Amino acid sequence: MASIWEILELMQKPREVLDRYYLDARCQLLEIAAMLDRYDRSRDGVVESQDKRIELMYESLAMLAERETTPNRSERLLHHFSEPV
Amino acid sequence: MQIIQPHYHGIARTTQDYERMAMSGVVAVAEPAFWAGFDRAYPETFIDYFRQISEFEPTRAAEYGIRHFCWVGVNPKEAENLRLSFEVLEKMPEFFSQPTVLGVGEIGFHKTTKNEEQIFEAQVQLAIDHNQLILIHTPHLQDKVRGTQRTLDVLRNMNVDPQRVWIDHVEEHTIRAPLDAGYWVGFTLYPITKCSPRRAVDMLELYGHERILVNSSADWGPSDPFTLQECIQDFRRRGHSVQESIEVFHNNPCRFLGQCSKFDINPVRIETIESCAVS
Repeated sequence: MASIWEILELMQKPREVLDRYYLDARCQLLEIAAMLDRYDRSRDGVVESQDKRIELMYESLAMLAERETTPNRSERLLHHFSEPV
Repeated sequence: MQIIQPHYHGIARTTQDYERMAMSGVVAVAEPAFWAGFDRAYPETFIDYFRQISEFEPTRAAEYGIRHFCWVGVNPKEAENLRLSFEVLEKMPEFFSQPTVLGVGEIGFHKTTKNEEQIFEAQVQLAIDHNQLILIHTPHLQDKVRGTQRTLDVLRNMNVDPQRVWIDHVEEHTIRAPLDAGYWVGFTLYPITKCSPRRAVDMLELYGHERILVNSSADWGPSDPFTLQECIQDFRRRGHSVQESIEVFHNNPCRFLGQCSKFDINPVRIETIESCAVS
């Protein structure tokens, strides 16, 4: 079994994480932005009862906007998108 | 449906891509000269490359019934090397008379440096002097706004007809100014670093279909020629008709590229047969 020092050695450095995944994440953020724009255009100014899914989207974005948080954003988002148990 | 892929780097792709493109309806591609992934050291290397895309690549595409056209030029990245660039520019006019060369491209800015600007201006002037179409690359990512603005500034001071200039790789933040100034614009569909198929459809819905070209670029980097077909599929799924799709993905390339008489593919229109009763 690897020691904690060996595991730490294998972990990516902050810069490496950004080097590898920044452009992917940028691309995915642009897709979210475009999807929200598309949704707004499709409503064409008509105010209707909000679909729960769009609320989930905005709530998720608010969760992601918290800089100081526990390191389990993906898990929290998946719970947020899950039906109540 | 008939499709034209107006920006395609065939030398970086496999022959299987041509075969699959042909099966999906692609009838023609146009290949701009670009950066080969490393900086070339000799003008002769460019000349051989121009020979490859103007003489050999059309034969490879023809195996699958695809017409292949191309552009010649010094790409923005290698334009930083002034001496090399001017030596290449001297030889470029020899290619303008080749039967599949449509014009000068892709040229423009990479880091928007003074050297790049000098070579960009020289190539635009060369195109004007030889009555060639112009295809302009705009920078990737964080340099795109500045590079696009500088491109427009340079063109504004030159005697160029905007209708004969295609400014490529525009996205939501750079589309308005070139369109407003009368240029053609291109959306380049890349998996990560440029425009996605869905965002391209959004822009088609927002800005209409005039003077807009959609392409996959498809080079040696992470790219896929079939992002163009993905875009067409999303366009159709949103309710746009086959004829509207043909207008954007076949007829618009015909309209722009057809300003060069060598590009002899005409716009097409679907006709419904009124009566097909069996007698």
